Amino acid sequence: MLRLISDNTTIKFIKLKALSFTFSGILSVLAILSVLFVGLNFGIDFKGGILLEVRTGNNIAISDIRSKISDLNIGEVSIQEFGVKSDYLIRVERQKGSDNAQQVAVEILKNALNKAFGKDIDYRRLEYVGPTVSKDLISDGVMAICFAIMAMLAYIWFRFELPFAIGAIIALLHDIILTLGVFSILGLEFNLSTVAAILLIIGYSMNDTVVVYDRIRENLRKFKKMELKELLDKSINETLSRTINTTITTMLALGALYLIGGQIISDFAFAMLWGIIVGTYSSIFIASTVLMFLNIRRSKESES
Amino acid sequence: MLIFENWKKVLILIVSIFAILFSLPNFVSKNSVPNFFKAGEIRLGLDLQGGSYLLLEVESDSLQTDRLNSVADELRIALRNASPRIGYKNLSVINTELTFSLIEENDVDLIKNLILNIDDSLIVDDEDFSSIQVSFSEEKITEIRDYAILQSIEIIRRRVDEVGTNEPIIQRQGDERILVQLPGLDDPERIKRLLGKTARMNFRMVNETASIDEALSGRVPPGSDLLYELDPRTGEKSLPYIIYKRIGVSGDQLVDANPSMDQYNQPVVSLRFDSTGSRKFGDLTSKNVGKRFAIVLDGEVISAPVIREAITGGSGQISGNFTFETASDLAVLLRAGALPAPLTILEERSVGPSLGKDSINAGMYAAIIAIILVIIYMLVIYGARFGVVANISLIINILLILAILGVLDATLTLPGLAGIALTIGMAVDANVLIFERIREESRSGRSNIGAIDNGFKEAFRTIVDANITTLLAAVILFQFGSGPVKGFAVTLALGVMTTMFTSLLLSRGIITIWYNRYKPNNLNI
Repeated sequence: MLRLISDNTTIKFIKLKALSFTFSGILSVLAILSVLFVGLNFGIDFKGGILLEVRTGNNIAISDIRSKISDLNIGEVSIQEFGVKSDYLIRVERQKGSDNAQQVAVEILKNALNKAFGKDIDYRRLEYVGPTVSKDLISDGVMAICFAIMAMLAYIWFRFELPFAIGAIIALLHDIILTLGVFSILGLEFNLSTVAAILLIIGYSMNDTVVVYDRIRENLRKFKKMELKELLDKSINETLSRTINTTITTMLALGALYLIGGQIISDFAFAMLWGIIVGTYSSIFIASTVLMFLNIRRSKESES
Repeated sequence: MLIFENWKKVLILIVSIFAILFSLPNFVSKNSVPNFFKAGEIRLGLDLQGGSYLLLEVESDSLQTDRLNSVADELRIALRNASPRIGYKNLSVINTELTFSLIEENDVDLIKNLILNIDDSLIVDDEDFSSIQVSFSEEKITEIRDYAILQSIEIIRRRVDEVGTNEPIIQRQGDERILVQLPGLDDPERIKRLLGKTARMNFRMVNETASIDEALSGRVPPGSDLLYELDPRTGEKSLPYIIYKRIGVSGDQLVDANPSMDQYNQPVVSLRFDSTGSRKFGDLTSKNVGKRFAIVLDGEVISAPVIREAITGGSGQISGNFTFETASDLAVLLRAGALPAPLTILEERSVGPSLGKDSINAGMYAAIIAIILVIIYMLVIYGARFGVVANISLIINILLILAILGVLDATLTLPGLAGIALTIGMAVDANVLIFERIREESRSGRSNIGAIDNGFKEAFRTIVDANITTLLAAVILFQFGSGPVKGFAVTLALGVMTTMFTSLLLSRGIITIWYNRYKPNNLNI
């Protein structure tokens, strides 16, 4: 059978720690700086506002639409092509004032489009989030991510030991920071599904980490005298074949989703693809490597 | 001989048959499936079948204001009728508080009793006689809010039913929100127009003695309101009227309303009153022949005709600058009844049927391609034996997710489809873990039986540990996510559970049965 990783692979991962820590460190700092100074491109879920997806007939150009809706006095309006040429995404910033003002703006916008294009325009999607809900969604999102991190911490602590939990959380934060960073640097829209993707990345990254940790724990029992560095390398190498295979199958599935799953889902799929690469990397180079510094208790008494 | 208990074989068989039969209605035409298995048909979310999701907030404060206004009316009478008469000034209701002041110091308990006689759930803050504040108690406020929500849900249901959409979901969410889901709706704007109106209608006499000019300059006579008729084209206030506050007949007393045409072929709304309403309407019109009365809807004048003769039959007609559409909308609103308080739309997500269809097609293609890619990969990596086992377990896994989603009547959303695609990728992880372990055990010199047995045993712990983390993430996602994201959490969690079943039982069963029958010398893994 095809072996992507030879059975006798012994890569010295731990030896690379200076390199991998520097690499991750620089990326994390860049990500944090970008989030702080460039910021995230929040979608209407968090910013409030109106998003209208339309399909047009009869070669209506972006400039035709822009000219009809630019002086409606409903704040900043942006239009972009979405997927195919006849589809456009129209975004309207959050209206000043109450929730009612938002609905009024929706009506003004639709009336103007109906008047100008009549039957040549098909409303495919309308999303509108008022200021009250966007605040709720932000706090729900932040809470969800915090809860997820704490739940993982508690679970790993319970199933393994505190150093493992700490190692896992460091890896987790690393993954989240890099994901936020890539969204910031590429200017991708950050919305509710991005939060869902981050939670999923948390789940996946943990999943990957746990598999390696499980092997480390097993080897700690088996090889009581082996040097920790050697033992960590051995554990990572033993699970490497599985790690690669699972990462590839998951990426195959997500890649299909990203490429042909439709415009709406593609950002979500991208976030997860990225998260899986980062999560796989971190479970090897961060989660396992930091165990070197975390003072793992190694029992001397015999126990099988 | 590998041991695999018979009851496990039976369980695997039952679950696999369940998965195949109940996922069937999602693949073939409905008529070719026996009725019983149709339970497996999956309900599609609004983002896949098209429709509207609306989150509404009931402004129950305004209901408190209404109630306090009627308390204010009674209080005025009570203060005036008290002996000796109690002088007051500045009596007004602002939001959820009624305030007034006494002209001279008075017995505090007496005032308090007067107020509590009107409604004993009122709380009176009377520390200072120059400013007495009255508001409702906490319990009463909760009661008012609950009433407002329940009544609003009822009215929304009636309005939605009038428009006729299939299987609407209308439910309370939290303290003062209502979630409305309308699958397959063509024109969300109409429903929004209908929900945006309180539709409180009443018939009131026009105060023809007062001067409009004075009222426009801010001196509206007491007991009257300055209201406007809207221009039908621009929707702006155009014709001012001074109208008595006293309600002649209220819209609650209608039993029916329908759009129709009058003798000039103009759209009108025909009304029918109940018996009390008929009597009141008869009285009002017979006493005021030759005068003007106004039909007021949500504080706007629909029209203000002159009464030509007494109308005693209990039915009438409203004309106003209607189009047939606005006339039928008004009729719908009047039939369904008034909302207890205004509604605000906090959030809307509407998907047109064309996008829904595109999304489901794209999602399905993606899932099918994902399955094919993963199947090929597994065959290449694990060969014709173990690769096939992993792939059988993958397919049963997917069918099982679909069947359970259908039977549980869960909703499949676009993110849910993504969840399935992701499960396809991650599902083989469990098998990969097991196979890698078997390879290792085999390499370390164990017999074939020992390698398989140990492989499953050792991988079991890892699989459980690893999957619980994903399950935790899914549960949290479900707890905090809304709408479509919840759908994602559901498929993800289901995927984790079905994966445990297919890898730990199904794969093991197949491998055991295969091994016991053929006793191969080489596992070829």
